[in-house]
Amino acid sequence: MTGIASASNSTLAASFAVHYHRYLDPDGKPLASLPDIARDYERLRRLYRIMMTVRAFDQRAVNLQRTGQLGTYASCLGQEAIGAALGDAMAQEDVLLPTYRETPALLMRGVAMHEILLYWGGDEKGMDFADNRGDFPICIPIASQVPHAAGVAWSFKQRNEARVAACVLGDGGTSKGDFYEALNLAGAWQLPLLLLIVNNQWAISVPRSAQSGGQTLAQKAIAAGVGCEQVDGNDIVALHHRLALALDRCRKGGGPYLIEALTYRLSDHTTADDASRYRGKEELEQHFTQEPIARLRRYLEAAGEWNQNLEESAQNDCAAAVEAEVERYLETPHPPPGAMFDHLYATLPDSLRWQLREARAKGHGCG
Amino acid sequence: MAVAEITLVEAVNQALAHEMAANPEVVVFGEDVATNGGVFRATEGFLKRFGPQRVLDTPLAEAVIAGIAVGMAAQGLRPVAEIQFMGFVYPAIDQILNHASRLRNRTRGRLSCPMVLRTPFGAGIHAPEHHSESTEALFAHIPGLRVVVPSSPQRAYGLLLAAIRDPDPVVFLEPTRIYRLVKQEVPDRGEALPLDVCYVLRQGRDITLVSWGAMLHETLEAADRLFQKGISAEVIDVATLKPLDMLTIRESVARTGRCVIVHEAARACGVGAEIAADLAEHSLLHLLAPVRRVTGYDTVMPLPRNERAYLPNADRIVRAATETLEFT
Repeated sequence: MTGIASASNSTLAASFAVHYHRYLDPDGKPLASLPDIARDYERLRRLYRIMMTVRAFDQRAVNLQRTGQLGTYASCLGQEAIGAALGDAMAQEDVLLPTYRETPALLMRGVAMHEILLYWGGDEKGMDFADNRGDFPICIPIASQVPHAAGVAWSFKQRNEARVAACVLGDGGTSKGDFYEALNLAGAWQLPLLLLIVNNQWAISVPRSAQSGGQTLAQKAIAAGVGCEQVDGNDIVALHHRLALALDRCRKGGGPYLIEALTYRLSDHTTADDASRYRGKEELEQHFTQEPIARLRRYLEAAGEWNQNLEESAQNDCAAAVEAEVERYLETPHPPPGAMFDHLYATLPDSLRWQLREARAKGHGCG
Repeated sequence: MAVAEITLVEAVNQALAHEMAANPEVVVFGEDVATNGGVFRATEGFLKRFGPQRVLDTPLAEAVIAGIAVGMAAQGLRPVAEIQFMGFVYPAIDQILNHASRLRNRTRGRLSCPMVLRTPFGAGIHAPEHHSESTEALFAHIPGLRVVVPSSPQRAYGLLLAAIRDPDPVVFLEPTRIYRLVKQEVPDRGEALPLDVCYVLRQGRDITLVSWGAMLHETLEAADRLFQKGISAEVIDVATLKPLDMLTIRESVARTGRCVIVHEAARACGVGAEIAADLAEHSLLHLLAPVRRVTGYDTVMPLPRNERAYLPNADRIVRAATETLEFT
C-alpha cells in the first residue's frame, strides 16, 4: 500500500513489515531449521492425540445436533492446531478468553467435553468449568471479549503478576470496534495481552477479502503500537513456537502481541449453516489438503515417531473418551425452572422472589 | 465537631475517596478522570492521592471503558468506571447488557462482575446536544443489573458506597442539574445506604408522589405548594430503579389511594410506566383515582433554549396532583 507520491520535502515518518512464519509444509516436510519443539516428540504426540480427540468430539457433536440431542454447535474442523498449540503454550495461571470455536483450547485448559456439550445443549452449567475456575466463558457476541481481556491483563499488570490474558477472536472480529478499542488501549497501556486471530477466511458467508482492505489482519496491531506477525495456523510446530515466544514476551513486560493464524474453516459456520450456498467445492477440497492433523502425522511418521499401530490405538482411545463424555452429557438432568434465578444476583432481590416462586410452581412464564 | 456542608458531586468524590482508601481493590478510570479530576471534578485530587495504578485516564472509547471493567471485576478488583455523559454511554451498553449483567449467571457464579459504571445524566444545565438525556429506562430493563439514582448529597454518598460494595454490577446515574444545587452535611463515616429500597422523603395522607434524581426537587416543591392548600402529599424517592421496590410504593398508595409519578425521561416505556402497571396489577382496589404520570415529552431532548419547556416543573406536578385529588 503506497501513499500519494512523496514530495521532495517529505521524510519517512514510519515504516512497517509483517512476517509470516511456517516450519512444516502441507506434507509435513521441514521448510527451515526447526525450533526445539519440533524434536519434542512426546509433546507433539500428545498434541496430535488432542487434535485427534477434538476432531472426534467435533464430529460427534455435529451428529448429536443432527439427531436432535444438541443445540446449534460451531465446529472447529480444520482449526484444531491453533487451540491445541495455544492451550499447551499457555501457563496454568494465565487466563483464556475464547470465542465459540475454541474447543481445542478449552479442552487443553481443563474444560471437560461434557461441559462443552452442556453449554451447546442449553445449560449454563456448561460454563461453570469444574476444573478451570479462572478462564472466561465462551463469548458469542463477536469480539466483545477483547475488552475483557484488556481488563484482565491490566489487573495482572497492576498486581505485578507474571500472567498473560490470551484472547482468541476470528477474522470477522477484527472488523469490530471492540477489537480496535481494546487493541488500542492495550498498546497505550502496554498490557500483558496476547491477541490470537484465527483467520479461517470466513465470517459465516463473508470472505476475508470482504472483511478488510488490509493485506493482513495482523497489521491492524501496528496502528496501535502492538507487535504482530502471521503464522501458518495449520502448522502446529510454527504455532507452538511462535505462541510460546509471544506469551513469554507478554509475561516479561514486553507489552501486548498479536498473532494472526492463517487457517481455513473446513466446516459450516455452525450446524445451522450451509456453506455450499456461498463457497465452491474445489476451494474446500483444496484446503482439505492443508489441514493440520494429517500434516503433523506425516511429520511424525517421517521422523519415525508415529506409525499405524499407534494411530489405531490412539483412535480407539479417543473414541472411547468422547463416548464416555457424551454419555455423561446425555445423563445430565435438565436444570429446574428456578435455576434461572440462582445466579442472577449474588442474593436474589426481594422484589424478584415472587417470580422465583412462580417459576418453581408453574415452570413457565410469570403472571 | 461540625461537618462541612458539601454538594452532591463533592459527596460522590467523598464516597469514592473513602472507598479507595478503605479498599485497595477499588480502581477508578474513564476519560479525563486522572490528571483533570473529571470534567465535573468527581475524582479531583485522586491521581495525586492514590496514584496512577488506581486512577487512570483511558483512551477515548466508551465500549472499552465498560469492557475492561468487566475483565477487572472478574479478576476480583472493584472497578468504578466513569462515562463522561450519559449521551456517550450507548457504545458501552453492549458490554453492560451482554456481559456485565450476566457474567455471574452464565458461569453459574464461577465469575462475577462487581463493577460500577457512573455517569452524569439529565437536563437543566444548558449543555450542548447529547448532554441532557435521561435514558435510565434502557438500563432498568436489563436483568441482573442494578440502576441507582441519588437525589441529594447524603443519598449520593451512601448509595455510591453501597454500589461499590455490591457484589453485582451497578449503573450509577448522577443528576447533573443538582450536582451543585444544594449542600448537605455528609459525615465521611463510610456508612452505606441500602440499595433496592425506596426512601420515603416526606410522609403524607392524601396522595403519593413518586420520583427520583433531580426531579425530586420539583416534586418536593410541589408537595410544599400542595401543603399550603391543605393537602398532605407523601413523597417517595425510588433511588434504586432496578430492582424496583414496589412494596414501599404499594404500601403508600394503599394509604393515600392516589399516585402521581414524576420523571424527567420521555414518557413511553419509562420507569413510570412500570410503576403504574404494577399499581394497576396490585393496588387497583386501593386506588381512588387513575395513576398519573408527569414526565418529559416523547420528543427528542431539545437544545437548551427549549429545555425548560421539556422538563416537568412544580406547576405541572401540582396540576396533576390536584386533578388526581379532584377525580370522582
